[in-house]
Amino acid sequence: MKQTIQKQSGGLKRFDLQVIASWIKPGSRVLDLGCGEGDLLLYLKQNKGVTGTGIENRESKVALCIAKGLSVLQGDINEEVLDYQEDTFDYVILSQTLQQVYYPERLLKSLLVIGRKVIVSFPNFSHWSIRVQVLLTGMAPKNEQLPYEWYNTPNIRVITLKDFRKFTRDQGCKVLKEVAINTNHHDTQGHIVSFLQDWRATYGIFLIGKGGKK
Amino acid sequence: MSEYIEHDKEGVSVGLVEKKYFTFAEPPDTMILESNARLGPITIAYETLGSLNEEKSNVILILHALSGDSHVAGYYSEEDQKPGWWEIMVGPGKGIDTEKYFVICSNIIGSCMGSTGPASINPGTGNPYGFDFPVVTIGDMVRAQKALLDHLGIEKILCVIGGSIGGMQVLEWAVRYPDMVVSAIPLATTTRHSALAIAFNEVARQAIMADPNWNKGKYYGSAKPNLGLALARMVGHVTYLSDEAMRRKFGRRLQNKNDFSFNFDADFQVESYLRYQGQKFVDRFDANSFLYITKAADYFDLRRQHGNGSEAEAFAKARARFLVISFTSDWLYPTYQSRAMVKAMKKNNLDVSFCEIEAEWGHDAFLLYNERLSTLINGFLERNFIELLK
Repeated sequence: MKQTIQKQSGGLKRFDLQVIASWIKPGSRVLDLGCGEGDLLLYLKQNKGVTGTGIENRESKVALCIAKGLSVLQGDINEEVLDYQEDTFDYVILSQTLQQVYYPERLLKSLLVIGRKVIVSFPNFSHWSIRVQVLLTGMAPKNEQLPYEWYNTPNIRVITLKDFRKFTRDQGCKVLKEVAINTNHHDTQGHIVSFLQDWRATYGIFLIGKGGKK
Repeated sequence: MSEYIEHDKEGVSVGLVEKKYFTFAEPPDTMILESNARLGPITIAYETLGSLNEEKSNVILILHALSGDSHVAGYYSEEDQKPGWWEIMVGPGKGIDTEKYFVICSNIIGSCMGSTGPASINPGTGNPYGFDFPVVTIGDMVRAQKALLDHLGIEKILCVIGGSIGGMQVLEWAVRYPDMVVSAIPLATTTRHSALAIAFNEVARQAIMADPNWNKGKYYGSAKPNLGLALARMVGHVTYLSDEAMRRKFGRRLQNKNDFSFNFDADFQVESYLRYQGQKFVDRFDANSFLYITKAADYFDLRRQHGNGSEAEAFAKARARFLVISFTSDWLYPTYQSRAMVKAMKKNNLDVSFCEIEAEWGHDAFLLYNERLSTLINGFLERNFIELLK
């Protein structure tokens, strides 16, 4: 049942980013929301000839990205996505940020306007370890993917793979591809989960297109 | 901009530089200004650093602010006590690396630092222009710079860089000559002055014009309006700093005394600082130039000039890659103004990066040493240089 994905490059450390990178067609235009220090963008630029733009709100990280030769804007993703024309990007990437977004509906809608496709990844809240913790301890769960206390977590949205699939249906968009992975997001190695995904995956990664069936 | 001219901490410098002059628009081929007035001949003072490569692909044009000049970095002689105004940024291995790039910095028209301005001789009368000098705009300054670049045989500029009024010229260059400008870095600037910025400029101008020595601009050869110009500079300095910068720099500390003097001497350090800055300024700057350049800055309005009132339309012609930089404590050109131009650039599908650098020194932050700023500029230039060669 295990299908190990080879490390795609020396540049990309995070396994989830390796999966995302493998989905992106060479030469495309990409917007990376919450791009951090620009690892994914730099990889895509160097290895896939991608024209990339990043949005990041921390000044120190923005500065690092620009110094690396990337195009990055400092700002809030919810605001910054509003200024682009329709279909400016082939892919818009929202990697491990959805769980921190106040208005996911509004954001996804904006992303599907400015991008032809949207890639979303998030920690799966229905992982067995979380279920067991709630069941046994009766307290808000914590694990390596969601290491915060309930009172200081930036992760204000609790999302499971099933929740997200339903969300895409409700929003009228189409899931073009989805992968459940089991890895700590710092890990360079991970594997794709295809059996009992909802229980066993730590992260879900979805490729979404416009105008799917309801 | 204030003056923070200082030697490089590690003593690294581009070394000796020379101020050069280029004269064009000789009558009858005088330049028609935006106001429809004619000006000519026009002399531009400029300096170059580093060397032009064979492909002429390593040109960087640096544009100075209100009180700057062509002397961006280096020294005029071995005995020279002061380097150029951006010595910390421009030189071998620095943010703008003169080992790699050919840097041009020209003095704007209207100034008094070698280019034609109100203190220059009016060929029609044989006397200084004074207030007969036509009002020039940022657009006129840029067109004059373009004439210089044509003269130097430069067709492509790798990057135009400037802060404050220099940043306005950067924007004007990118929009007016889109085919020439590969990339652009507008620093601590705006596409148009706010009422607040115009207000401070007007107070400064009134200070000069209220000085009896100003004499409607005809003071050359007699007593100069030094009091007015010093006061204008003091007003300017307040706008270049910030609440926090002033709190840190001066607080309520007294100047060489332990108690109030109970008269109107400079008790506080901040008073003493402003008086000193004002007095220092009159030795090197012409009051009329101050009037003309601040007016040009107030008139500058990229939307009005190039966009029928729309910021997005103003950038429609631009092709350059942009790196827009603002500073957190700059209240003269606050970050929202930089964000507005970034928004307009995005709407035009332009390749733009934006960073709001955390700095406490107010508007002047762009002139002060900042590792982050140097690294940012260096990386941005490097990328554009490599991609231009491809």
